[in-house]
Amino acid sequence: MSNTDSYLGAGLRLRDWLTTTDHKRIAILYAMGITAFFFVGGAAATLIRLSLITPQGDLVSAETYNKLFTVHGVVMVWFFLIPSIPATLGNFLIPMMIGAHDVAFPRLNLLSWYLYMGGALFTVADLIIGGVDTGWTFYTPLSTMFSNTAVVAAVAGVFVVGFSSILTGLNFIVTVHRRRAPGMGWFRLPLFVWALYGTSLILVLATPVLAMTLVLLAAERLFGIGIFDPALGGDPLLFQHLFWFYSHPAVYIMILPAMGVVSEVIACFARKPVFGYRMMAYAIIGIASVSFLVWGHHMFVSGQSMYAGMVFSFLSYLVAVPSAIKVFNWTATLFRGSISFEAPMLYALGFIGLFMLGGLTGLYLAALALDVNLTDTYFVVAHFHYIMVGGSVMAYFAGIHFWWPKITGRMYPESWARLAAIAIFIGFNLTFFPQYLLGMEGMPRRYWEYDPQFQVLNVLSSAGAAILAGGYLLPALYLSWSLRYGPRAAANPWQATGLEWQTPSPPPEGNFPTTPRVVRDPYDYTPGNRDEAGAAMHPQAGP
Amino acid sequence: MSAASQDAALESAAERPVGELGMWVFLATEVLFFGVLFCGYVVMRWYYPQGFAAASRHTDVVIGSANTAVLLTSSLTMALAVQSLQQGAARRTVWLLAATLLLGAAFLGLKLYEYRDDYLRHLVPWLDFVFPGRHAGGARLFFYMYFVMTGAHALHLTVGLGVVTVMIIGVARGAFSRERAAPVEVAALYWHLIDVVWIFLYPILYLVART
Repeated sequence: MSNTDSYLGAGLRLRDWLTTTDHKRIAILYAMGITAFFFVGGAAATLIRLSLITPQGDLVSAETYNKLFTVHGVVMVWFFLIPSIPATLGNFLIPMMIGAHDVAFPRLNLLSWYLYMGGALFTVADLIIGGVDTGWTFYTPLSTMFSNTAVVAAVAGVFVVGFSSILTGLNFIVTVHRRRAPGMGWFRLPLFVWALYGTSLILVLATPVLAMTLVLLAAERLFGIGIFDPALGGDPLLFQHLFWFYSHPAVYIMILPAMGVVSEVIACFARKPVFGYRMMAYAIIGIASVSFLVWGHHMFVSGQSMYAGMVFSFLSYLVAVPSAIKVFNWTATLFRGSISFEAPMLYALGFIGLFMLGGLTGLYLAALALDVNLTDTYFVVAHFHYIMVGGSVMAYFAGIHFWWPKITGRMYPESWARLAAIAIFIGFNLTFFPQYLLGMEGMPRRYWEYDPQFQVLNVLSSAGAAILAGGYLLPALYLSWSLRYGPRAAANPWQATGLEWQTPSPPPEGNFPTTPRVVRDPYDYTPGNRDEAGAAMHPQAGP
Repeated sequence: MSAASQDAALESAAERPVGELGMWVFLATEVLFFGVLFCGYVVMRWYYPQGFAAASRHTDVVIGSANTAVLLTSSLTMALAVQSLQQGAARRTVWLLAATLLLGAAFLGLKLYEYRDDYLRHLVPWLDFVFPGRHAGGARLFFYMYFVMTGAHALHLTVGLGVVTVMIIGVARGAFSRERAAPVEVAALYWHLIDVVWIFLYPILYLVART
């Protein structure tokens, strides 16, 4: 199919893109935004790792160091990870996977992107020109009373981006409820859609809490009165409770979509239906629900009541149950599958390993007594990077490669992609595994200088970061190259099931020539048979 | 099933109404949004029970009660407006929506008058706050929460006034009718939420120490 009939060919002027309401184009707009912010956050991380090569903090001053890790945290959490899979792959794929022509509120979808770009650009400009030294958590009273940096402007941008999250979540929830094609029952939804549905629930219910908390923070800073600063009669623990009521579920905003991507990829490249499909769907909703009840494990040493700590500790262990169900079910899906190792599969397998390590070390931190030792050390840094980078970013890359042919109509170069996947896996482990050891030995996080005994592990970590950076640059290069020179992709290059593969690559403007009818369950793969899969799902719209 | 009715079933997926569900989800976010303020209020009141009790005696219970009556009435006219539109009585709907708008504006006017009065009585905590007695610290935080909560509520009400204005124009021009009542129904949901929030604000701000 030529490009002129696809969504990419429908209007080529800048204006056509900036006023589009096509969910696929909005996904592309988001992809450009988050890629730019990924490299901004990555540049800050590079400087941090360079500075940490020597114990004395030779490269940057202490103030600059604080500002750098704030840039890294704020940009990576709110402007990259939170929107990464939902706003790009989710936007592109949810309507296609459920057989819809667009999301429920297309114009609201575009508004979400403008809010995101406006808020994020404002905050990034503020972080770079002025700088903020509070870390991404904006803890009070540091953020309200002691910091002399541009905190109010930074939280204002984050506040605006929050509304982008809320509107995206709202849009997805209504889309999944109201726009499923005939025959697409809830238990025929691909797990990616289930995962994004769970994510949307969190986006909608947690983000407002962050938004209002940031308003109170800004008011406290501006008016010199508030409920968070003990000097003003307030309670800093209250801020932490409210902040983590959002920010812990936010971790699941980052990881649930990743689990959705991995379920799709594993099933396709093992040529088997996902093992325990219903249990996987329930596990997603289970994780999303329990995610609202565990925030207090961020505050074990903050002075919250011991009994609250015990309850939060127990509930945090509970998250391991649905998470383990997912890992076991992916493994069982692989069992006796007809496995092949295309790049998306390499990323997905990497995800499982790294997510497992990140998840299991999370249990260390959920243990009250152990956390007293490990809290605020590099062990915590390593733990959440295993989840967010080893988990979410690996899965994001798996998804980008898996659906690249569908999104762009071009194939990416397979061997380069495999090389990048392996480089990222090695670079990641070399960067962050030493940080577990550093944390066990007691190196505190967020420090500009450190004890010389920690230098060897820090140098290893920085060396790994160099490999990791190279691994991240590779896809930027070969994927851009493939846009022009990659071979044209067929409608269904992986012989995958799922409605999105039953329409041309790249898809036409309305996704499907006619609304599809769904007559089969998802993941209708037969091991060893690569040609039949899904062919009967939607016979009208073949390649 | 005939081919024609099958096609109709296929295309209907794109026609299913989305506005109402979208608004319910949005209202859920609003509940969490205000939830932070209620949570902050509860914690501060836990710390400063006497300060909060003393301060709440300085709110204007007459205006607060009048405003409660005004806003509840506006919810009634709004509900009647939706019913009229569903019955096809467009003209009556316009009048009822206009009444809703007027009552909403009256609430806002009374609220602004009350703010002015609070200012004159030195109750604005970030300006020249003066409070007699031993509980000035707690009272200051009470009035901080009072201004943040009623301010957030007034902001929502102001948006609501804009929405109702659009609805009046839409119904008057025939854009919204018995066949296309959804926008007005959705707007009404939002209006009722503003009312519900106030029903919680009124007792915790005006009636704390007056039981």
